[in-house]
Amino acid sequence: MQEKISTVKRGIRYRTVSQISGPLLIVKGVKSAAYGEIVKIEGPDGEIRTGQVLETGFGYAVIQVFEGTRGLDTRNTTVTFTGETMKFPVSMELLGRIFNGRGEPIDKKPPPLAVDELDVNGAPINPSAREYPKEFIQTGISAIDGMNTLSRGQKLPLFTESGLPHNILAAQIARQATIPGKEEEFVIVFAAMGIGMEDALFFREEFERTGALSRLVMFLNLAEDPAIERIITPRLALTTAEYLAFQQDLHVLVIMTDMLNYGEALREISAAREEVPGRRGYPGYLYTDLATNYERCGRIVGKKGSITLMPIVTMPGGDVTHPVVDLTGYITEGQIYLDRNLHRKGIYPPINVLPSLSRLMKEATRYTREDHQSLSDQLYYCYAEGVELRGLVAVVGEEALTERDRKYLEFADAFERNFIAQGVYENRSLETTLTIGWNLLSTYIPESDWKRIDPKIIEKYCPKYRKFELE
Amino acid sequence: MDKEIAGVIMRISGPVVYAKGLVNAKIYEVVRVGYEGLIGEIISLREDVGIIQVYEETTGLRPGDPVYLTGGPLSVELGPGIIGQIYDGIQRPLPDIRSKIGDFIRRGVVSPALPRNKKWHFVPLVKVGEKVSGGDIIGKVEETPLIEHRIMVPPGLKGIVTDVSREGDYTVEDPVVTLNSEGKEISLNMIQRWPVRVPRPFVEKLSPDEPLLTGQRIIDTLFPVAKGGTATIPGGFGTGKTVTQHQLAKWAHANVVVYVGCGERGNEMTEVLETFPKLKDPRTNRPLMERTILIANVSNMPVAAREASIYTGVTIAEYFRDMGYDVALMADSTSRWAEALREISGRLEEMPGEEGFPPYLGRRLSEFYERAGKVITLGKERRIGSVTIIGAVSPPGGDFSEPVVQSTLRLVKVFWALDKSLAERRHFPAINWLTSYSLYVDVLKDWYVKTVAEDWPELIKEVMSILQKEDELKEIVKIVGPDALPESDREILEVARMIREDFLTQHAYHPVDSYCPIEKSYLMLKAILQFHKGAKAKLIEGVPLTKIMALPIKDEIARMKIIPPSEFKNVYEHIINELKIQFSSLKGER
Ligand SMILES: Nc1ncnc2c1ncn2[C@@H]1O[C@H](COP(=O)(O)OP(=O)(O)OP(=O)(O)O)[C@@H](O)[C@H]1O
Ligand SMILES: [Mg+2]
Repeated sequence: MQEKISTVKRGIRYRTVSQISGPLLIVKGVKSAAYGEIVKIEGPDGEIRTGQVLETGFGYAVIQVFEGTRGLDTRNTTVTFTGETMKFPVSMELLGRIFNGRGEPIDKKPPPLAVDELDVNGAPINPSAREYPKEFIQTGISAIDGMNTLSRGQKLPLFTESGLPHNILAAQIARQATIPGKEEEFVIVFAAMGIGMEDALFFREEFERTGALSRLVMFLNLAEDPAIERIITPRLALTTAEYLAFQQDLHVLVIMTDMLNYGEALREISAAREEVPGRRGYPGYLYTDLATNYERCGRIVGKKGSITLMPIVTMPGGDVTHPVVDLTGYITEGQIYLDRNLHRKGIYPPINVLPSLSRLMKEATRYTREDHQSLSDQLYYCYAEGVELRGLVAVVGEEALTERDRKYLEFADAFERNFIAQGVYENRSLETTLTIGWNLLSTYIPESDWKRIDPKIIEKYCPKYRKFELE
Repeated sequence: MDKEIAGVIMRISGPVVYAKGLVNAKIYEVVRVGYEGLIGEIISLREDVGIIQVYEETTGLRPGDPVYLTGGPLSVELGPGIIGQIYDGIQRPLPDIRSKIGDFIRRGVVSPALPRNKKWHFVPLVKVGEKVSGGDIIGKVEETPLIEHRIMVPPGLKGIVTDVSREGDYTVEDPVVTLNSEGKEISLNMIQRWPVRVPRPFVEKLSPDEPLLTGQRIIDTLFPVAKGGTATIPGGFGTGKTVTQHQLAKWAHANVVVYVGCGERGNEMTEVLETFPKLKDPRTNRPLMERTILIANVSNMPVAAREASIYTGVTIAEYFRDMGYDVALMADSTSRWAEALREISGRLEEMPGEEGFPPYLGRRLSEFYERAGKVITLGKERRIGSVTIIGAVSPPGGDFSEPVVQSTLRLVKVFWALDKSLAERRHFPAINWLTSYSLYVDVLKDWYVKTVAEDWPELIKEVMSILQKEDELKEIVKIVGPDALPESDREILEVARMIREDFLTQHAYHPVDSYCPIEKSYLMLKAILQFHKGAKAKLIEGVPLTKIMALPIKDEIARMKIIPPSEFKNVYEHIINELKIQFSSLKGER
C-alpha cells in the first residue's frame, strides 16, 4: 500500500545537499523520505557511504552519515534513497565471521549467504512473552559464581577503568561459561566499539587458540574507525544474537565493549543536531537508547535459546555517576565492579564484590546448591566487616583491635588471596568455589558468628562436618 | 479505518509527527497515523497544523502519508476483565497481542482492552422506574473472588430505569440496563470509557486518617503512608526501589493494586507475572493476581506510550476507587516518565527548563499526584474510596537535588529516601531512617492508638530518638574511637544496632519476613525496648555492658523476624519472661 502512494522515486540521486554539520547532512528538495530510511551517499571521491534519515519533512531530510562526513561537499555529493530501513542479512553462516562496525565482512571471505534479512532495530519483546532468567551459568570464576551469580538471559555489565584487565576477564568468561550438567556451549557475539586493534586482536586470538572461533561472530569498530558507525554496531550484534537465539535455539553470550564510546557517538550526533542536552552533554534519550539495546536480551517462553549480555563500560576517572555508566546500572540486572586497588595488589580478577551485585542471584541459587546463597551472604558479611576494619586500623592502629576484629581482618586478606584471586586459565567448578568459601570461614571466623547460615546447612555442607563427599 | 483522510504528515522527528490539514481536529484527539494506522494523540494544534505524539515506532513514516481522526481523546475501557490483566501504556492487552502476532511487539496491532467474548455473571441492582445518576450502582459482577466489580452509571449521566436485564451471563457489550434520560433512551452495557487525562469526578475529598499498611516494618511504624496519600521512593540504581514497590504491591492492605512499570525492565514485569499468581494475600488467602492490574510500558517500548502509561494507570485506579475500594498505585519509575516528557518536549523545540526538562514538569507531576486521595464517590450511597500513589524516582547519579526528585518532594507527603551506602551494606530495605519522613504521622496517630496500642506514639518516639542518638554518637566514635565512650552511650549504640538489624532490615524474599503484620511490628519493638530498659537498669547497678550483650536472649530477639505471625504472641511472651529472668541473674560488680 505504501508503495502505491509514495511520492519519492526510489533510486533517484539527489545532488541537493544543502548543509553539512558534524556527522549530519541536510538534503533539500526531497519530497518524502521515510523516517529511518537508509540512504547511500556518494562523495566527490567516489566513495559510497551509508546514512540514515533522522528527521524528514516536505522538501528536506536530515541524514546521519555513519562513516562521517569528512570529504563530502555540498556541490558534488549525491544522496540516493533506498526505500529501506536498515537490515542485516543473517544465517548460520555468520558463525566464525568477522565484520566491521557496519556489518561488512573484513575477513577476506565472501559475504555470508543470507536466509533472512532482519531489521537491525529489532522489536521489543512483549513483556508477557518473557521468561524470567533463572538458569545458573557457571563462569568458573569464584567472585562471580559464588558471590554474583550470572543467569542465562541476564544482562550484567563490567564496570571498569582503563588499565584494568576487563578484556582478559571477559575473554575468560566467554571461554569458560557453561551450564553445569548440560555442557551446551555458548555462542559468542562480540561487538567492539572504539577499542584498540590490539584489544580486538586479543579477543580473536583467545578464541582461535581454544578453537572457539567457529562459535564466534565479531563486529569490530575500532578506535580509528568512524565514530558514528558505533551507533549501528551493537544493533548488528544484537540482531545476530536474536537470530541465533530465537530462530536457531542457541545460547548466545553478547559481549559489547566499550559502551562509553557508544554513548559518545550518540552525544556527537545529538550535539550536531543542536538538541537540548540532558546531563553532561549527553542526549536526554540516552537511557531509552541504551535500554532499547540492552533489553533485547533475555529469554522467551517456549524458546530454547537465550541472549545473555555482558557490556563493558569504562568509568572515566573511576566515576560511577558518569551518565553512560549510571544509566547502564539503571537498566542492567546488577553490575560487576573491577577495582584498581585490588589490581595493584596483584589480585586477578580484581573484582570488588562489595558494590558488585547480581540481581538475579536469588533466583539462580534456588537451583544450584542449598548452601550457595547463605554461604555467599555470610562471606559477604565477613568480608565487608573486614574491609571496614581496615579503615579503622588506618585511624586508630592495629593495637586498638579486639581479637575478634583481627580475625575479620585476616579473613578479608585471605578471602582476596584465595577466593577472589585465581588464574586466567583456572576454571573452578561451583563446588570448588563453595569449598574454598567454607574453608576460609572455618579457618578464620568462629562458628558462633556464622549467623547468616542455618545450622542445618552448616552441618550438611561445611567440610569440617561433612561425613561424605558431595559429588 | 473507513474514516476519511483528515490530514497529511509534514514532518517526522522520532515519536513526534507534524501534520497539516487537520481542520476538524480537536486538541488531545486520538488520530491514526500513516497507512498502518499507528496510534497517536494531538498534543498541540495551531490552525490546521497539529503536532502528534505517536505511541508506536515511527520508522518508515513519510511526509505526505495520511492522518485520520478518531473523534475522541485517549481513553481507557473500564469494566469486568481488567483485573489480572497486563496492558501496555495505552491499554492494549499484551497477552492478547502476543497470541495475535507473536513474541515481539510490532506496530499497528489493535486489540480491545476488555475481552469481548467472555461472559460475566451479572446481578442487577436496580429496578425499572428507579431514578439513577452518575456513580449509582446498577449491578454487580464477581470479577474475581476478591473483587466484586460494581457496574456504575457513568459520571454525568442520569435518568429513569426503563429496562433491566435479568440476572444472568452477559458479555461486556450486551446491554444490561436501559435509561430514559431527558426523553432519550440510553442503553448501558458493562463498559465505560474515560479519557485518561481527565480525573474522574467525585463528591468530596476527605483528609486521610487511616494508614495504608504495607507489612513493611520501617514503613508501617516510622514512615507510614495514608490511604489516599502520596509517597515517593527515590534512589540510585540498585538501592531497592523496585523491590520495595513489588513488596507494596504484594502486601499493601488495598483492595486493588495498579502497578505501572513505566520505562523499566521487562524481566521485572515477568517477575510479577510469575510470582503474583502463586503468592497469597495474607488477609484473604487468595492469589495476589486476583486484585492486581499491570501496566507494562517497559524501557524499550515507545516513549510516548510511556508518557501515557501513568495516566492509563491512575484512571483505572480511580475507577475502582469509585466503586468504593481502596486502591494503591505504584509507578516505577516516574523519572522514566519525566524523561519521556523531556524527549517529546525536546522534539517540539520547546524552551527547556532545568536539565532539559520542560518547565511544566512540576505542573504535570502535580496533576498526577493530585489524583490520589480519599473521597466520597459519586452515587447515592456516598461510598468512600481511595487512591494511594507511590512513585519511584531514579535520580541520575543518585543525586537527590535533580529536578524530578525535587519537584516530587514538593508534592508528596511521604519520602522514603533510599541510601546507597545502606544498600551496599545489604541493609534492606535501604530506607534511610534519618532523612526519610512522613507528614501523615500526626493525622494517623489516633488510628494507631485506637487500633494498635495506647503507647504507640511514645514507642515510636523512643525508637527514633535512639536512632538519632546513635547518629550523634557515631560522629564522636569516628574521631575518638569507641573506647572513649561511656558504657551508657555504648549501650545506646548496641540497642540502635538491634533496632537496625533485628527490626528495620526486612528480607523481601524470606517467606515469613517478607510480610510483617502491624501487631507483630509493635511487639518486636516492645521487646527491643524492654531489653533496652533492662540493660540501662543493669548498667546503673554496675553490670558491665559486655555481660549484658552476651545474654542469650539477644539471639532470640534477633530471630523474631522469622517467627510466623501466628506463633509470635507466644514467642513474645516467652521473650519478655526470659528478659526478666536473664536480667535478674546479672549481678553488679560494684
Ligand atoms: N527488601 C529487600 N530484601 C532483600 N533484597 C533486597 C531488598 N531490597 C533490595 N534488595 C536487593 O537489591 C537489589 C536491587 O533492588 P531493586 O531492583 O529494587 O533496585 P532499584 O532501586 O529498583 O534499581 P534500578 O533503579 O536499577 O531499577 C535486588 O535485586 C535485591 O538483591
Ligand atoms: Mg528498579
